[in-house]
Amino acid sequence: MSYKTDKGRVIGLGSAKTGAEHWLGERIKAFALIPLTLAFFCIMAPMIGAPYEQVVATLQNPVKAIALILFFAVTFKHLEEGLQVVIEDYVHGKGAALTLIVLTKLFCWSFGLAAIFAIAKIAFSA
Amino acid sequence: MADVNRGNRPLSPHLGIYRPQMSSMTSIFVRLTGISLTLGFVMVIWWLLAAATGPEYFATVNGLLTGWFAVIIWVLSIWALWYHSLGGIRHLIWDLGYGFDVKTADRMGYGVIAGSFVLTALSLICLGVL
Repeated sequence: MSYKTDKGRVIGLGSAKTGAEHWLGERIKAFALIPLTLAFFCIMAPMIGAPYEQVVATLQNPVKAIALILFFAVTFKHLEEGLQVVIEDYVHGKGAALTLIVLTKLFCWSFGLAAIFAIAKIAFSA
Repeated sequence: MADVNRGNRPLSPHLGIYRPQMSSMTSIFVRLTGISLTLGFVMVIWWLLAAATGPEYFATVNGLLTGWFAVIIWVLSIWALWYHSLGGIRHLIWDLGYGFDVKTADRMGYGVIAGSFVLTALSLICLGVL
């Protein structure tokens, strides 16, 4: 049984040879997050609870600041795409799903940029 | 004539009908840990914004986020971070086309669970919590 539509059969075109970029991009981001997550944890975790001066000094280290900014940029794009897939899978009803996806994007961009802003502000204050 | 059959296609049985398996359960937990990690990141970003605001506000937020309730969320987030990472690596291995036989898939499932707890314990030891 063919699932092709009547219009599709009449037009007779095959695959457009594109369409996998989004899927591949998700995997590339996930792969990049393996080293970035390790860097994030090793830099970030010891800072929580540390004295203010030590936190500022750590974030003024350019290598650490750039590693953290990279981590947050890739993570929040990964989170945005991941939450979208979860919503598409489990939320029925186009209106509800679309609303949630838009709110997710708003959240991810706001918080991702807030993290990058905070790190950059401290890093540039040296 | 696919159009005639629109809306009357056989549906694949979904989650509720399957017996829980190692691969499906460890996979759903990758999603759950991913969603839950959002809370940990909100805390991290609040803390970072406090550090960027100034010493007084930082002292307030740092105090709140090192209290016992926050520490519980940190510890759970650390476990979720390692579980999600290891589970994600397993999905990347699957996406490359390897590890689909039941024995390997099950073994990777146990590896993800055990590995997440080992990495959490190691992290807490390195951070001086344990």
